[in-house]
Amino acid sequence: MLSRTADNLYWLSRYVERAEYLARILDATQRLSSLPLTYVGTSNEWESALTTAGCANAFFKHYDEADEANVTDFLAFSSANTSSIRSCFELARSNARAVRTALTMEMWDSINGTWLELKRYDKGVTSREEFSRFLRWAQESSLRYDGSAYRTMLRNDAFWFSRLGVYIERADNTARILDVKYHLLLPDNERVGGPLDYFQWAAILRSVSALTAYRWVYRESLKPWLVADLLILRDEMPRSLAACYEVIARDLDNIAGAYGRQGTAQRQARDIRNRLHNSRMDGIFQRGLHEFIGEFITENNRLGAAITEQFLI
Amino acid sequence: MATAFDEMKGHDGIVRPAYGELSRWLAEVPLDVLNYRRREAELLFRRIGITFAVYGEADAQERLIPFDVIPRIIAGAEWRRLETGLIQRVKALNLFIKDVYGAREILRAGVVPEDLVFRNPAFRPEMSCQRVPHDIYVHIAGIDVVRVDAETFYVLEDNARTPSGVSYMLENREIMIRLFPELFTRHRIAPVENYPEELLATLQSVAPLSAVREPTVVLLTPGVFNSAYYEHSFLADKLGVELVEGRDLFVKNEIVYMRTTQGPRRVDVIYRRIDDDFIDPLTFRPDSVLGLPGLMSAYQAANVTLANAVGTGIADDKAVYSFMPAIVKFYLGEEPVLKNVPTWCCREPEHLAYVLDHLHELVVKEVHGSGGHGMLIGPSSSKVAIEQFRAKLKTAPKNFIAQPTLALSTCPTCVEQGVAPRHIDLRPFVLSGRDKVRIVPGGLTRVALKEGSLVVNSSQGGGTKDTWVLDG
Repeated sequence: MLSRTADNLYWLSRYVERAEYLARILDATQRLSSLPLTYVGTSNEWESALTTAGCANAFFKHYDEADEANVTDFLAFSSANTSSIRSCFELARSNARAVRTALTMEMWDSINGTWLELKRYDKGVTSREEFSRFLRWAQESSLRYDGSAYRTMLRNDAFWFSRLGVYIERADNTARILDVKYHLLLPDNERVGGPLDYFQWAAILRSVSALTAYRWVYRESLKPWLVADLLILRDEMPRSLAACYEVIARDLDNIAGAYGRQGTAQRQARDIRNRLHNSRMDGIFQRGLHEFIGEFITENNRLGAAITEQFLI
Repeated sequence: MATAFDEMKGHDGIVRPAYGELSRWLAEVPLDVLNYRRREAELLFRRIGITFAVYGEADAQERLIPFDVIPRIIAGAEWRRLETGLIQRVKALNLFIKDVYGAREILRAGVVPEDLVFRNPAFRPEMSCQRVPHDIYVHIAGIDVVRVDAETFYVLEDNARTPSGVSYMLENREIMIRLFPELFTRHRIAPVENYPEELLATLQSVAPLSAVREPTVVLLTPGVFNSAYYEHSFLADKLGVELVEGRDLFVKNEIVYMRTTQGPRRVDVIYRRIDDDFIDPLTFRPDSVLGLPGLMSAYQAANVTLANAVGTGIADDKAVYSFMPAIVKFYLGEEPVLKNVPTWCCREPEHLAYVLDHLHELVVKEVHGSGGHGMLIGPSSSKVAIEQFRAKLKTAPKNFIAQPTLALSTCPTCVEQGVAPRHIDLRPFVLSGRDKVRIVPGGLTRVALKEGSLVVNSSQGGGTKDTWVLDG
């Protein structure tokens, strides 16, 4: 397949995945910020949402204050922000349009439909209710796209490149949440934080749709190191770093198999997967959670670059 | 201008046989239902993303061509005659272009004036004495045909460069089958859905001799911002070939390759939807970023086939058009089956004099114009407009031709006020391969939606209809 086609498919998936992630962060933040201060402390949740989304710097070029109105506008609707939900869907659709031939009818229908529906939000939203509906819509749009890709694509390189986009982006997103909130997850934090942090932990889990999953996996009340364990090492949690790398390594191997050739990307991916596979939470805490996550983000980016180098240009 | 011939009711108001069933159906079906189906069709088109862009309109990045739900019907016998005429005409076009870039017999015989060819901006001196694979130049032709009465079809224009519109022919049919399944059981309609199949066979048949048994065909598009991008991606998809942009290709040692996830892959046939001017910045416009540097060198080395060939624009020219009957006779020794509209070439002084005297009744077109731009329709233009045009015509007469204003046939069409006759034309697509000429029965019917309007171009408010050729 054309390198450009593979590149477009890869980014198309990344943008859709990112849009969903942003919607989840905003949803979690909205819940958190509507709780009475005695439950969540005085930290500015909206500013934290910006950091989690990785666009705090860009934000402060346009706004002075990180309040609800500004942050929701910037993360959800702003055209000035190339990573807003709106921009993500627009970029996804223009990528899709450039590779129409590589998409199934259902995939095109879903991403084009999303783009058409997006016009309803041209002027932003006027109420919290409407904003909640918008966030639900954004998540559903992503599910619809992902589902149509999963259910209708041929299992060939086009499918694998599109999956790689999803999982590289997903791994990055999960790692970012951990990076911003790591201090809440340190084992000694339980004593410090007390009940105050329950809602913070719940918000973290909610932004990766794992609150219910947590209960099913651990059958315990929320404990910070278990939250970290769930998001980093648990294979059965679809947004954990380990689960993402299972898929990434497998799909890269599929591509290598089909092309009859191994390369840097395959070796790097297997390396990261094996390290995650052989890690345990206490070891990670001993070495430092923050450092671990920082390294992971760097390596995930390096793999993205290797994939581009090897296949997409 | 005489009253127009209606394809359903003729001149006399009696329903013609081919339209019998449709006319009964139209009488049965309430207008609401037609309107509802029309809106449904629009939604479908929007959803599928069949849009086109109009250059120079900021908000019109993606617009829909209006689709009319009432089909246009051509009887089997009518079609067979049309088909014979189209095949004859396209054969002559191919022989003409081959001759112009080769032996130039037609020029030496004085049938077509030399300067009309050599001074033509569409003439490509680079192609002189350059054989193209299998001597075929126009692989895909769109011949615009209009009808004026029960018997007479005129060719209005030969599109020998990169004719577009075939995706509408195919999608219109799909939509009609979805919206009106009952109509399809009441008619025997010849299918058009095998067009991509025929196109692929045509393209594969003209691969250079150096190509492997299964030649690699690609479709070269200028990119997403081109007005016909939807069609390019649609066709590439149906053909099962890669849709490439210039940047996806490169030339090495006079061989064209595309960049794939598995490394370079050789390309044998390029169905290009980029004009000559932009195809290779090393040979033509140096500022083109759409094309592929070095493509012409690979082409000249006969390592790649371009469809259509470079330089076919010469046959697309409206002044050359006026010589088509002579061209057909010269190469084939046959009388043309399809008539040419009588044409005055303003480059001839006596023709110009006649045209200037009759501007109010003629249609005057730019020789190299397209899309219905830069033309004057005498009978429907104001005195001021006519005088302005007269001045333009006098300064550069050789840029213009004139034709009588034809009473284009009409077809019942769904408009605001109900069902009313509107003028239509037809663009069938003719495929020329090494082995044979292929035409799917039908084509794109364009309709001028404004009452009385003769301009069917989509950029000027025209719409489209499904075209049914009846079997038998």
